[in-house]
Amino acid sequence: MGSGQSRGPARRRKARGVRPFLATLRRELRLAQRQSCDILVALLFFVLAVLILPFGVGPAPELLRAVAPGVIWVMALLAALLSMDRLFLTDHEDGSLEQIVLSPHPLESVVLAKCLAHWLTGGLPVVLVAPLLGLMLNMDSASLIPLVAALALGTPTLTLLGAIGAALVLGARRGGVLVSLLVLPLYIPVLIFGVAATDAAIHDLPVRPHLLIEAAILLAALALAPWACAAALRHASE
Amino acid sequence: MAIFAGRNLTCIRGERLVFRGLDFALAKGEALLLLGPNGSGKSSLLRLMAALTAPVEGALLWRGDNLRADCAAHFARIHYLGHADAVKPALTVIENLTFWARLHGAGEDDARAAILRTGLATLADAPARFLSAGQRRRLAIARLFSAAKPLWLLDEPSVGLDNASLEILEHGFAEHRAGGGIVVVATHTALDLPAAESLILGDFAPDPHADPLDEDGIEWEADSPEDRPAGARPGA
Repeated sequence: MGSGQSRGPARRRKARGVRPFLATLRRELRLAQRQSCDILVALLFFVLAVLILPFGVGPAPELLRAVAPGVIWVMALLAALLSMDRLFLTDHEDGSLEQIVLSPHPLESVVLAKCLAHWLTGGLPVVLVAPLLGLMLNMDSASLIPLVAALALGTPTLTLLGAIGAALVLGARRGGVLVSLLVLPLYIPVLIFGVAATDAAIHDLPVRPHLLIEAAILLAALALAPWACAAALRHASE
Repeated sequence: MAIFAGRNLTCIRGERLVFRGLDFALAKGEALLLLGPNGSGKSSLLRLMAALTAPVEGALLWRGDNLRADCAAHFARIHYLGHADAVKPALTVIENLTFWARLHGAGEDDARAAILRTGLATLADAPARFLSAGQRRRLAIARLFSAAKPLWLLDEPSVGLDNASLEILEHGFAEHRAGGGIVVVATHTALDLPAAESLILGDFAPDPHADPLDEDGIEWEADSPEDRPAGARPGA
């Protein structure tokens, strides 16, 4: 007892945003590691959904090459949505969210840590597996780098935008479906510029502008989403 | 001198008037027992006190300042224990508590000390999914000991606790109050809180024709044993 009060003001100031961020990140990664099947489900969904495509549209190499970027992006987007509703739901149900809201730190830093953990366990594996799937769908090796770059910039945005939806639907019935309905329209710009980057590479056009726009969307989401999420979470715990 | 006070508080949940015109004042080291039947607004009052919700009317004051003006500062001074234990089954006991300790500016050492204190030391490295309901509650109570806060707001802290755990909790109350801390407890079971004031929340069945201000559903009582409801008598 008393240890919390005896610490110096400098330490407390440093603790404002960084410590809860690190503590939450560590907790979320540990939870993901203990419940690793959750990660695998999203990744396997992504891989399998892309793999069955040739069975649907036929194995013609030219056709596969043409649809590959779009298919990989749409599947990455759906894979991101798959685990989105659980981002805050379990914390809401077991009372953790209330305690997080009541912590004296900015709620935004906790939200950001949760999003980062979600991306590291859900988005990053998709980014890493995507080039293999691209090869399988007959994509040029030259267009694989833009594909990975655009996914690396786009999937964090998917997580951040999805988190807003996940926070808004807390307490609603069938929240998972509702998140998809709320968030899918917001994903359209990310999808357009992500696919455009890869298409540009296929047609020997400059890739950079598309990646820059993708990065700009990410920066905007990074600035706005934690704030919007935090407001929604405060409302949910009222 | 009152440090934590409520003035003319009104609470409406789902269009139902839960209570109105409620006042309280607590000085250093004082304790307040919230008593009353189910649905009388004990939890609602605790959530108001925690600044989780805003009062429809009236104000909550900490050293004279309205606490809605700076919620973060209020969060820094409270421990709130709700109905849910906020325990992650996949994490070990110590991991669960260390996270909360860190959020409140303490560290793993403080968490270990709190776990020792609540008698969970032998389970510290076990996944929390193996805990019984009472042990989970003890882990939630360990949060109180892991970081020092001047105001404890506890909603039915004794649910599922055995006698030994109750003693730990009551000992914690005594120590907290001796250090100038304030305790507010909503409870249905007997808790040993010497010289605690009781706030009895009545069944404010809203009578649409009556002037609500005439209702006397809230009574202040001195802490003499015969004034206390049977359930709240220490050692009953």
